[in-house]
Amino acid sequence: MLRLENVWKVFDQGTINQKVALKGVDLNIKDGEFVTVIGGNGAGKSTLLNAVAGTWPVTKGRIFIDGKDVTGIPDYKRASMIGRVFQDPMLGTASEMQLEENLALAYRRGKKRGLGWGVTNEERKLFREKLAALGLGLEDRLTTQIGTLSGGQRQAVTLLMASLSAPKLLLLDEHTAALDPATAAKVLEISDSIVREEKLTCLMITHNMTDAISLGNRLIMMNEGNIVVDISGEDKKKLTKNDLLQKFADVAGVQEETDSVLLS
Amino acid sequence: MTVIDYLYSLDPAKLLKNLPGGVAQGILWGLMALGVYITFRLLNVSDLTVEGSFATGGAVAVVLITGGGPQWLRALFGASSGQFPTWAALLIAFVVGVLCGLVTGMLHSYLGIPAILAGILTQLALFSVNLHIMSMSSNIPVSVDKYELYVSSRYVLRSIPIAAVIVAVIIGILYWYFGTEQGSAIRATGNNPVMSSAQGIDIERMKMIGFALSNGIVALAGGLVAQYQGFADVNMGRGASVIGLAAVIIGDVASKAIFKGHINFAVKMTFVILGGIVYYAVVILVLWLKLNTNDLKLFTAIIVALFLGIPYLQSRKRESFTSAAKGGSGNAET
Repeated sequence: MLRLENVWKVFDQGTINQKVALKGVDLNIKDGEFVTVIGGNGAGKSTLLNAVAGTWPVTKGRIFIDGKDVTGIPDYKRASMIGRVFQDPMLGTASEMQLEENLALAYRRGKKRGLGWGVTNEERKLFREKLAALGLGLEDRLTTQIGTLSGGQRQAVTLLMASLSAPKLLLLDEHTAALDPATAAKVLEISDSIVREEKLTCLMITHNMTDAISLGNRLIMMNEGNIVVDISGEDKKKLTKNDLLQKFADVAGVQEETDSVLLS
Repeated sequence: MTVIDYLYSLDPAKLLKNLPGGVAQGILWGLMALGVYITFRLLNVSDLTVEGSFATGGAVAVVLITGGGPQWLRALFGASSGQFPTWAALLIAFVVGVLCGLVTGMLHSYLGIPAILAGILTQLALFSVNLHIMSMSSNIPVSVDKYELYVSSRYVLRSIPIAAVIVAVIIGILYWYFGTEQGSAIRATGNNPVMSSAQGIDIERMKMIGFALSNGIVALAGGLVAQYQGFADVNMGRGASVIGLAAVIIGDVASKAIFKGHINFAVKMTFVILGGIVYYAVVILVLWLKLNTNDLKLFTAIIVALFLGIPYLQSRKRESFTSAAKGGSGNAET
């Protein structure tokens, strides 16, 4: 489904700020895999997701989605294959536009945007059903301006938008980090059910180790621009928080590792 | 002259007589402001191309109506001899305005020049281009006695309904367009470019279309204003961006004062036109008060600065270090 071959990303190359964020990442994700990504600050997690999304061109290496080489394709052209949810709830939706308009924008991802109506009645019906499934009471607020919704509601809507046009890949970049614990749990629950129901392949960055262990069927840990731990299958199911802490300590070469460092 | 003498010298009848002219000008400049609205409010960029493209529209329309322009174009509209159709002159003005906007869009998207600077560059270039269009004369008259014009300051009361109908049709078209898939994508681009890219929208292309449409409308308005005032002038666009902003802001404030909550897009656009009318009514009032016309631009700049600054000052009043030092504004519990 997703294949990265020796992917490098260097920011500000040749300047004093030069930073090598990805150092030859190789990754092969199979259809239907739900991968959680953990790692310390600056480990390259977000850079990895942005490389897949096509936010900017990678410095070296190749990226394939569903067998297609997308290395030379910018983000808006990859968007038909990819659904994204960002950490900042404000980033995923257009605040001054209505709920139904936002959903309609997402529904047309990868299609030509011509002079047909921006939102059709058929779509409204579909949106109402999908919103009802979220269980947030948003199905009766189709014409509400998105800016008046709470961060959690907006993030749930963004999730729905990301999955609406049947993407091959869902990218979640710490999408619950800015929410309060109760809302975060609800949004995670929605994420999990969407991934299951739509049978999506998903990459999810999280700072919460418990979530990283409980969600998904594969876990990768990044450190200094590379994947250092990759656990799936039965091993993933048996994984405990202590195992993970130990692995991180081994990798980072620090003996007494604590939550706070990993979670910082 | 004492104050009493001054007050006696003001003739209310004269004010009443001049007001319709203000309304007509307000509608036409309001149309120009609709173009500004597209970039300033929908795309969220300040485009200064309008100062040039407004004059370009005036120049193109007047040159074509008064018998100039390339032969093939005149032949295309069956005007090899005789008057170039007024509607066609406005249409060509619109198309040329679209091209002006495309130039700014390309400078911005392909060369990475900030939008405001790209607009300034195009505007500067257009000054020379406009002189070329007008065969190197800075002013070309177009008499309503000799040519069929849609609007003219000589027939104010007839011009107002015609201008209103033209503007209503354009508002209708824009209302439809910004409700379409493509129009929605343009609005999304202005509102949240990150989200738009993630939803597969080519934001550079959308900005390009926005610049083009905006300047097309501005040039069309230029063609109408030139007819109304009876001449095209290479300097007629000077200050257009600020006047456009003034109309947009006055319309904004007025619509929010009248309607609570969600305001329909067509109503918003109508209020931009009303903003133009209010602006010109104030201009007429100022002139009636015998203030120096040369001070008009200073006056306009001050008004726009105030309107742009008031929201900021209001937020500062609610939340400032000065009031915090005094123990807060005292309504933390409300």
